[in-house]
Amino acid sequence: MKKSIAVAGNSGPKVRSDCEITLELGTEGGITIDLTSKVKVLYGESIIRLASEMLNFFGVENAHIKINDSGALAFVISARIESAIKQLIDTDLDYLPGFIEENRYSTTRDRFRFSRLYLPGNTPSLMINAGLHYADGIILDLEDSVAPEKKDESRILVRNALRQINFYGAERMVRINQGERGLEDLDFILPHNVNLILIPKCDNAWSVKRVDEEVTVIKNKLHIEDPVFLMPIIESASGIENSFEIARSSENVVAVAIGLEDYTADLGVNRTAEGMESLYARTRLVVAAKAAGIQPIDSVFSDVNDMEALKQYVLASKALGFEGMGCIHPRQIPVVRQGFAPDENEIEKSKKIVLVFEAARRKGLNVVALGSKMIDPPVVARAQKTIDLAVRLGLLSCNWIDEVPVEEK
Amino acid sequence: MTINTVINAAGRSVPLEINGQPVIPYKGVGQHRPTGRKYSPPVPTCSDYPDDGNKVVGSLEEALRKCGLIDGMTISTHHHLRDGDLVSNKVFDLASSIGVKDLVWFPSASFPCNDPLIKYLDDRTINRIEGSMNGLLGQYVSEGRMKGTAVLRSHGGRVQAIQDGEVKIDIAVMAAPTADAFGNARGTGGSSACGVLGYAKADYMYAEKVIVVTDNLIDFPCFPMEIEGNYVDYVVVVDKIGIPEKIMSGTTQVTKSPDRLLIAELTASFLEKSGILKDGVTIQEGAGGTSLAIAMFVQEILKNKGWKFKFGFGGSTHHMVKMLEEGQMGFILDAQIFDPEAIRSIETNIRHVPYPVFNAYNYHSKGNLNSMMDIMILGATEVDLNFNGNVVTHSDGYLLHGIGGWQNCLHARNVILPLPLFRDRIPVIVDEVTTLCGPGELIDVIVTERGIAINPLRQDLIESVKGSGLPLKTIRELKDEAERICGKPQKPQFEEKIVAAIKWVDGTIIDVVRKLKSQ
Repeated sequence: MKKSIAVAGNSGPKVRSDCEITLELGTEGGITIDLTSKVKVLYGESIIRLASEMLNFFGVENAHIKINDSGALAFVISARIESAIKQLIDTDLDYLPGFIEENRYSTTRDRFRFSRLYLPGNTPSLMINAGLHYADGIILDLEDSVAPEKKDESRILVRNALRQINFYGAERMVRINQGERGLEDLDFILPHNVNLILIPKCDNAWSVKRVDEEVTVIKNKLHIEDPVFLMPIIESASGIENSFEIARSSENVVAVAIGLEDYTADLGVNRTAEGMESLYARTRLVVAAKAAGIQPIDSVFSDVNDMEALKQYVLASKALGFEGMGCIHPRQIPVVRQGFAPDENEIEKSKKIVLVFEAARRKGLNVVALGSKMIDPPVVARAQKTIDLAVRLGLLSCNWIDEVPVEEK
Repeated sequence: MTINTVINAAGRSVPLEINGQPVIPYKGVGQHRPTGRKYSPPVPTCSDYPDDGNKVVGSLEEALRKCGLIDGMTISTHHHLRDGDLVSNKVFDLASSIGVKDLVWFPSASFPCNDPLIKYLDDRTINRIEGSMNGLLGQYVSEGRMKGTAVLRSHGGRVQAIQDGEVKIDIAVMAAPTADAFGNARGTGGSSACGVLGYAKADYMYAEKVIVVTDNLIDFPCFPMEIEGNYVDYVVVVDKIGIPEKIMSGTTQVTKSPDRLLIAELTASFLEKSGILKDGVTIQEGAGGTSLAIAMFVQEILKNKGWKFKFGFGGSTHHMVKMLEEGQMGFILDAQIFDPEAIRSIETNIRHVPYPVFNAYNYHSKGNLNSMMDIMILGATEVDLNFNGNVVTHSDGYLLHGIGGWQNCLHARNVILPLPLFRDRIPVIVDEVTTLCGPGELIDVIVTERGIAINPLRQDLIESVKGSGLPLKTIRELKDEAERICGKPQKPQFEEKIVAAIKWVDGTIIDVVRKLKSQ
């Protein structure tokens, strides 16, 4: 026995959709359950039934359990109870809530990762509706947003969230911790259909490879066939210097992101709105990613109220070559998505370029002018990329070329 | 004691008698048609009043005594001072010190500031409250501690009850931000301005005695006169009728919750894609954060299309004023005002017009403003599979809100309820509402963050959004989704005792609230 009283979860006037469990093991007297809940009239019986069932499941025969509930869903309550039990007894058992069918989907290497929403891994109230905002990815974060003393319980909560919350098709991502703890995190999350792992504070290729190897081991052990991709986050000067090696450290790396808060701290400079201090790092990371054939992803924008500034940031980021960024508030998602998607002008211009070039080629020319601009193969390749993107985003029909009137061709 | 109950037209078991008076079970929408003549107050004679028009008396106590305050009287107040009201509680402090018992308080709404009245319910100074019950008062009633049975009416139902003589007001105590010595009064001016006095009309016209209480006495004539001095018996001047920062509602900010914003965006999108929103239609919506967000999204649509609402019905907020001033709204008709911007507007803009609920919501009015409204945005604590709505109790059985104008507003052409699918694990879409406040046949659309359900009675609306890309679901699908996420809730357990009656707009009993079983 480790200790005699355990506390897990959260309570307080501002806490919603969570609960706090205080568990005390005894040697006699059986199980007593003390429930305080604002939904007691509606869910009191089911909460007490769940607690009894779980104590029985883990073989606890004598205990006093206090549940202070603020409207937590059942998978949250069970995560909190399991965390409390595991502080007190050694067990190999896991109490898993059902895996909902809607979450049984897989991902692809080249899917869009314009926007991905960070969710603190120990705050259930922010998780429950997160999928409704249609971010390309949902990140359940076990790293910086979780207090050190809450790390263990957040793993269990995130595991349950992966099984129970419908993320409505968003790429299911988890940011693991740094180093050894991060490798341990994998055991908790990989069995529950994680699409992508974010690896924080990557300084070199090795920090990606060790995660990749561990993922492979677990996947083989559990016969997981769906891909589990990796997105290293570079957050230091040495990481930037090694960015190309990091970007091609594994075939499972599909994107590489930059974390500017830590990077500027490492440089000993302030992070400014203009971002001159990180321009080199950001462009270097873009080049490294493109050279490795993966997506470069920009840092988050931390002012959640200034949507206009965010929009400008996104446009500047896109101009540098980034293909997505992190979001820390759901309202940022549409701004980010629209910013990274090609706009109407870009699409129209690209269509013209492709059409003009096609016409020129039919005449045996490899260079042609559109207005005062020279159109040659690299310009066309870029235009074609924009068009492909527009088609994939549903902004343009895949038969667009057939829909253009003959006289314009 | 056994209570004789019958099943009303909505399938609810209701009594035939409340507080010793016979009552009529709900018969269906528009089915109850009282005949005869309206109740009328006694005939006064002008020579009984001061020739110089000065009706000011020394104190509220003196005024109450002159009105002949005795046991069992009904005292009415309005709620325009909201949570900053200093007058209603004062009336019962005085009544208690005078030593009268078994009064009936008939407010147009109550607020948390009225919680201290619980002590007068305990000592029987007050027998019962007939009006909205919020927070602690609601809890008190739900636990069966009030002597009489509460009666909850809509704002319009309150006017109906007064005109039918079902509630005879003995003394109307009308707080007035500005008044003259003759008793003319208005909602603007002074340090306790609330904008308009749209809920006072039936009270001062039909009460036996009327007291105007003001902290801003001006020279005759107080104009525009929302309370007409010809109906007023006494005027009382006090230091303060209200706490200004609590008079203006603190809720008139656009929601910052991403989930509520999503609901608002979906609602605006539904209005646009269904074709309900078009040039020249009319709208009414609340002052809550989600409603304001809807207004914001809707205004953008109107601006882009060059469209305009013919008029909007208040309670008004700075967002409605913005639409009025930026050209997306022709008029604001207003029964109550929620923020200082809206007060500025009504004082300066002739297209911002006071419009008492007496005219807008009255069942005995010759025509109904509500049925002329195209777009009605309302809330609810619960909606069930038959689209029935509840606004007074929570799913745990506690009485926690008043009806407000909600029932009256259900008569609009398109009634839309933007609601979260669940609140802190409590599903909002349920098998059957805990308390029936509005029949489902009047509720057209439920917009939640997880989908939109249209009442099958509105095939026209269902047709209008086919192929629109909106996330349409059946109400049952929404309910199942809520239960899958939250778990299926138990039902609260009630005793036999009826603690509150819920009136329909016509004065019939649509449902009752029973005492919660003590745990």
